[in-house]
Amino acid sequence: MTVGRPQRAIRPLWAVLGERALEVLIRLSGVSAIVFVLAIFFFVFREAAPVLFSDRFSPLQFMTSAEWYPTSATNVRYGILALIVGTACVSGLAILIAVPFSLGAAIYIAEFSGPRVRETLKIVIELLAAVPSVVWGFIGLTVTSRILVDLTGAPVGVNVLNGGLILALMCVPIITSIAEDALKAVPDVYREAAIAQGANRWQTVHRVLLPAAKNGLLAAVLLGVGRAVGETMAVLMSTGHAVHIPGGLFDSVRTLTANIAAELGEAPAHSDHYRVLFLTGVLLFVITFVINLTADLVVRGVRRER
Amino acid sequence: MSDGPVVRFGETEFGRSKRRTEGLLRLALAAMTAAMIVPLLALILYLVIHAWPALNIEFLLEVPKKGMRAGGIWPALVGTIYLVLGALAVSAPLGILAAIYMNEYARDNWFHRSINMAVINLAGVPSIVHALFGLGAFVYAAQFGYSIIAAALTLAIMTLPVIITSTREALNSVPQAFREACWNVGATRWQTTRAVVLPNSISGILTGVILEVSRTAGETAPIMFTGAVFYKAVQRGDLFPYGLHDQCMALSMHLYTLSTQVPGVPEALPFATAVVLLGTVLSVNALSIVARLWLRGRKRW
Repeated sequence: MTVGRPQRAIRPLWAVLGERALEVLIRLSGVSAIVFVLAIFFFVFREAAPVLFSDRFSPLQFMTSAEWYPTSATNVRYGILALIVGTACVSGLAILIAVPFSLGAAIYIAEFSGPRVRETLKIVIELLAAVPSVVWGFIGLTVTSRILVDLTGAPVGVNVLNGGLILALMCVPIITSIAEDALKAVPDVYREAAIAQGANRWQTVHRVLLPAAKNGLLAAVLLGVGRAVGETMAVLMSTGHAVHIPGGLFDSVRTLTANIAAELGEAPAHSDHYRVLFLTGVLLFVITFVINLTADLVVRGVRRER
Repeated sequence: MSDGPVVRFGETEFGRSKRRTEGLLRLALAAMTAAMIVPLLALILYLVIHAWPALNIEFLLEVPKKGMRAGGIWPALVGTIYLVLGALAVSAPLGILAAIYMNEYARDNWFHRSINMAVINLAGVPSIVHALFGLGAFVYAAQFGYSIIAAALTLAIMTLPVIITSTREALNSVPQAFREACWNVGATRWQTTRAVVLPNSISGILTGVILEVSRTAGETAPIMFTGAVFYKAVQRGDLFPYGLHDQCMALSMHLYTLSTQVPGVPEALPFATAVVLLGTVLSVNALSIVARLWLRGRKRW
């Protein structure tokens, strides 16, 4: 008697082939995220490239001049320095306001509140993060700007401070939830060791948890910065429309993102103006890419240490 | 030891000050948390109060009249539904398959890490850059023109990270032992995924899809230059006013134009639009949260 190969249940051919096909589909979808990121860069850059390499345009002037006269008949200038400064002012102010509050809230939620309060607060924060940016913009345009005019007597309510406040309100939920995750990620043995030595809650937070979670917290702040720089509708509606370097908190400004949103509709397709707006998009893409990459590397640094 | 009474097991000055600082800081932190939430509730209340005169069922069903200075938001409401469904039809299958790949197939190597990185970056790309991409890729390069299809595709790519992340979380919560048990009876990777992983995570995946709906409905910038339009004449209560290659109105876009581009709009109209948009987004979002909590409650492992 010969020993045959072990009996094997044969699956029908269509099942095997179907599975193969499906797995190919799954693999393709898996890489789609990479494809899309590359495609975004490619298509935005493709529209911008002709003007970047033409002699009507100087990259140096683009980055260092504050003169933005895209539709002037005689003296066309594409300098985005004022817009860069506008973005820096508004998002810098927003981060300054948002970071203390969101870190405080994150610490409270992660370490001081009871389970029920924690669950409720987390849900509220999730809902806060879901408020559409156009609604924030509308609030900035109609509500907070009026309050600002009443309180400070500023000539226009849509200014750096107003934009910063609205952006801060938008960033707080994001920074809080990521920072809370970072605090929660600190292993419980750290807390137990601190408590065993007689430390109270605050001492534990201050001496043990904050140092242990500092990279995660930094990443949370960075992602908040990324969100602030990239935010469009809210700043478009709440910062006013003056393309100039702001002299104070009560000046109107325009940011890089708002500039694209405000002018793309009017720029004739494939004109120089249109292409320069795409070039601004490339710049924004690069800025946020670098911020996100840094945040990711910072978080990864933590993981390696542990 | 010799001078002064020694209090054993009592509270020392050091202990008292320690407790006082902690109490103070606890209060300060709670105040910071409140400072984050109270303004929002106040703002929402303010919006609702100002919107109240215009908010009724007629407002939802009526079309805009007199150059948008009167009437309702029906075309915008339907347009948003079209865009959300269009975006969902593309990004839900794509995102779920991508998450299955990342969670069930990919090994932990540089390639997997770069996919992860790409998802994070896709989530971080500014919405206006997505708009530029949609304009360059779908409107011009793919020659869809300004249309619902171009806008929906732009939205789909923008919200892809949301669905990938939430689906991965759902897949990840299925215990590894379930998969191992299935492999041990000879099932292939896909059979395991289909018979064990998906049935155990499908509710979590659906929660993610609902979350994506709320994200998509609120976006403005990506549709501004790809398919959403200022005004479109539509019959009152018409359910199918748009074709795939038409432009459409959308709630978020309508709020923007109403509050910035049209002079002389009665105040209640933009407020009511804002409240409808906010209410839609928040209630869909709340639905996903409730579903998640309910699922967590009845989890069997």
